[in-house]
Amino acid sequence: MEFDFAAEQPKFLMLMYGLIAFVAVVGGLLLLLDVVPAWFARRRDERLVAAVASGATLPRWRKPREGLIALFFLLPTLLFLLVGLVVPAIRTTLLSFMDKDSSNWVGLANYSWLFSEDSIVRVLINSLIWVLLVPLAATAFGLIYAVLVDKARFEAVAKSLIFLPMAISFVGAAIIWKFVYAYRGDGDQIGLLNQIVVSLGGEPKQWLLESPLNTFLLIVIMVWIQAGFAMVVLSAAIKAIPADIVEAARLDGVSPWQMFWQITMPSIRPALIVVVVTLSIATLKVFDIVRTATNGNYDTNVIATEMYNQAFRYQENGQGSALAVFLFVLVIPIVIYQIRNLRQQREG
Amino acid sequence: MTTATPTVPAGTQATGPTTRAARVRKRLNSRTATLVSIVIALLWTIPTFGLFISSFRPEDQIKTTGWWTFFSDPQFTLENYQEVLFSSSSSGQLASYFINSLAITIPSVLFPLAFASLAAYALAWINFKGRDWLYIAIFSLQIVPLQMALVPLLKFFSTGVTVAGVQILPAWDLVDEQKFAQVWFAHTCFALPFAVFLLHNFISQLPGDLMEAARVDGATHPKIFRTIVLPLITPALAAFGIFQFLWVWNDLLVALIFAGGGDETAPLTVRLAELAGTRGNEWQRLTAGAFVSIVVPLIVFLSLQRFFVRGLLAGSVKG
Repeated sequence: MEFDFAAEQPKFLMLMYGLIAFVAVVGGLLLLLDVVPAWFARRRDERLVAAVASGATLPRWRKPREGLIALFFLLPTLLFLLVGLVVPAIRTTLLSFMDKDSSNWVGLANYSWLFSEDSIVRVLINSLIWVLLVPLAATAFGLIYAVLVDKARFEAVAKSLIFLPMAISFVGAAIIWKFVYAYRGDGDQIGLLNQIVVSLGGEPKQWLLESPLNTFLLIVIMVWIQAGFAMVVLSAAIKAIPADIVEAARLDGVSPWQMFWQITMPSIRPALIVVVVTLSIATLKVFDIVRTATNGNYDTNVIATEMYNQAFRYQENGQGSALAVFLFVLVIPIVIYQIRNLRQQREG
Repeated sequence: MTTATPTVPAGTQATGPTTRAARVRKRLNSRTATLVSIVIALLWTIPTFGLFISSFRPEDQIKTTGWWTFFSDPQFTLENYQEVLFSSSSSGQLASYFINSLAITIPSVLFPLAFASLAAYALAWINFKGRDWLYIAIFSLQIVPLQMALVPLLKFFSTGVTVAGVQILPAWDLVDEQKFAQVWFAHTCFALPFAVFLLHNFISQLPGDLMEAARVDGATHPKIFRTIVLPLITPALAAFGIFQFLWVWNDLLVALIFAGGGDETAPLTVRLAELAGTRGNEWQRLTAGAFVSIVVPLIVFLSLQRFFVRGLLAGSVKG
């Protein structure tokens, strides 16, 4: 079957419908907001004129209803959030206490399954390894690189190269790294990692099949993507340190090492916390990398992939929902930690 | 005065050598730093570079020798791209999926952008009861993982809403390319909390005098929004637009669930993940395919990096 451009036409038509809907909704809303208050204002003026002409008491001037206008501004957002996020989240919580086709209440059965089934415990352990290692490694690398590049020339280019993986999809990144880890039983190796191992005199391995090493190799992919994010945020924080403080420390003759621990680190602490928190949350939800690289096989499964498998492959709505709720519960302490930190900063 | 004047040249003489030494040290420092940071940056790029080189090598070459042999034995072909983009469905037919990605991404960026800027304006500059609480509520929705919404939202599309046996909303019953609408809807919902937060950060920092003056002149809220606020927040709109573009174009999970896997609706990411699973050793397709999916976000990213970084900093650091 050759590629047929005509067969693609319905898609463009659908895209056009989407764009028309967009213009209609947004334009209509703005128009409505323009026309209706204007109409009210005109009516008020007319009534005022009539009252003056007939000599009756002037009608009380009412403040325009700000709340009503605000409601219209907020309507699409509130509607979408309610239908697409709030109600579904509540329903998922309820579903997690029900059986696989959501017809009977089963109490905490899904949650006890979560902690008793061996394969799921493995999933939870893997997720724990991910969430401990990725933020740590990515932040550490980002920080070191940000300090290093601060003094370097070609700073912008170097930063762009580190930052570039942020633009690549997790799926693309997983394929890039699968190629690095590729294995061939005989002949030349085509994967960079095995080539390095072979040239150092080692035996090539099927990296992604070896547990628990494979989980760490997948973590490398995530660190490779996210280090750029950490670097950019931390680099901005370093540049925001007041120059006179740095200058004063330099005049006092502090070593670069002291400079880093006593000036740089305390100054960028807030940014550091934000980076670690953001990365922790992103890592908890990691899905694409594991699914593309190993599909969760060979003991590499994590919560989000298992949730997808349970809910959408095995149609186990109860167990899938329980995993989703568990994921949510794991995010909450991280967020509370960040809020407390923010509050301390504002008071301090 | 006369006693003070000699100290000035004395001072410069004293500091002269140290600053010169410091300057030399600094230059040395910066030279090692430059070298190390460039080496690391190059190392960081090698995996992508290897994929890029491989995508232009003939099939038998890719499968038997490493991409680094390209430099000693350069063989160049565009056949991989030709095959993966346009030929039979078993080898990719990515052109079709490329169009899907476009059709999914454009509305999924526009809708949240418009809705969130309206909402952010109301939350920042219209006075109404419970405004702060509403903002906090929307803000805190950011922490809800989208996994919490997937199962019920899919059910909402496929069976509609029934309360106590009464059908309130019908099922959407979408087929083929109509399923784009589901994906737009889902992406819009999931993007809104962050979009409102980011744009509110910008809009609430506009000078209050400006709004006050416009109000005194009799401008209504929609008019202020259109003529004053929108032009001023274009950098923020660009920042969020790029964010959302990269997020939607690169997304796998939402597309997998709401678009299905067929060539009528599935985006590039879904197709690539599938190829990686079923044809994991067909590297001539995977390399070219991965690059096809990477190239658009890469162009967007490199040309608009300035806005992206600004948005990233505003979104994460002001927290």
